Amino acid sequence: MAAELRVLKQRVKSTQAIKKITRAMELIATSRIGKAQARVAASRPYTEEITKVLSSLATASTLSHPLLVAHENPTRAAVLVVTSDKGMCGGYNSSVIKAAEELQTRLRQEGKEPSLYVIGRTGAGYYRFRQREVVDSWIGFTQKPTYTDIVAAGDALVEGFLADTDADTESGAVAFDEVHVVYTEFKSMMTQQPIAKRVVPLEVEFAGEGENTVLPGYDFEPDPETLLDALLPKYIKTRLYAAVLEAAASELANRQRAMKAATDNASEMIRALTREANQARQAKITQEISEIVGGADALATAGSDE
Amino acid sequence: MAEMSVQLVAVERRLWSGTGTMVVAQTTEGEIGILPGHEPMLGQLTEGGVVRITTTDGDVVTAAVHGGFLSVTGDGVSVLAEGAELAHEIDVERARARIDAEDTDARARAAARLKAAGQSA
Repeated sequence: MAAELRVLKQRVKSTQAIKKITRAMELIATSRIGKAQARVAASRPYTEEITKVLSSLATASTLSHPLLVAHENPTRAAVLVVTSDKGMCGGYNSSVIKAAEELQTRLRQEGKEPSLYVIGRTGAGYYRFRQREVVDSWIGFTQKPTYTDIVAAGDALVEGFLADTDADTESGAVAFDEVHVVYTEFKSMMTQQPIAKRVVPLEVEFAGEGENTVLPGYDFEPDPETLLDALLPKYIKTRLYAAVLEAAASELANRQRAMKAATDNASEMIRALTREANQARQAKITQEISEIVGGADALATAGSDE
Repeated sequence: MAEMSVQLVAVERRLWSGTGTMVVAQTTEGEIGILPGHEPMLGQLTEGGVVRITTTDGDVVTAAVHGGFLSVTGDGVSVLAEGAELAHEIDVERARARIDAEDTDARARAAARLKAAGQSA
């Protein structure tokens, strides 16, 4: 009896300690979401401007750039999966990975062999554990991504696309015909959804409604082709950067929710355990009393016999 | 006086926006000065350049800009920089230390930073 009571009290104590930790993590995540959202907002002017510039370039030149043209008979596709570096964020990573798996199955059905690229430690660990081949992974920045962090990833993907897929069998370098990115879209504080998008070949999302906006005749310095050459890889990286930023905000929102649930569960558990401990304590007292009474009774009967 | 709207945006944030009377930048073809009413233009900026914006109040906003684009439309001028720092944000000591870097890119950046901060290289 006494042993049970001690165990229960110990469990209450450790649950209280866990609750303190999860509560702290929840508060940290909450305070960081704001900053993550601010970063998403701060990157928007650039995205808008570069889209405007691209639209005007599109009207001026024929837009025949390798990055815009779909390869014939695509046989390979790169899939970039954006996961988090740290866990404790509920279903965030598993839902992204699930979406990535679905995309890969679909690609295989279409006759395209997917090659994996991963951002984030948990994703890299997931594929390593399952001994799946990952071409490249980048880790260590998913909570607070900067543009320089994703430049490496962007360069690798653009290069792979521009490389010749047929020649690749001999050289061993990875080349592909399409690039997809799977990340978590931040819709609101409550809803975040994994989403798969094709980034290359590019479909330029034009600003404004088609022909309604009359664009001025531009003067180019240097010529439009050189500009396009420089602009498109940057545009792709901007899109990747935006994806990673949104994923960071989603990660934090997921973590906040997961930690809130954990804190609530801990409170619930503490209540149940405390009740059980009280019951055990009362049972112990009752038993002691009945033992004493029983003993006294036995003594009394033994005395009256004589 | 004629004025135009000017935006200086980097990938991670908007550095400056407002109205100005002149913008000076370096494209890969050479230095260019833009006054209100300039014809629409799109240019690629050099790695390690300095952009000077003269505001309507007569102040000069200087920034070190590392690669990017310059877009002039009927409405105004936008400078799209991959990386950019306003003059007052520049760490002069650090730039001075980097001026002799091995990497030509890093050297150009350091030189641009010093120039933007008004220091001689």
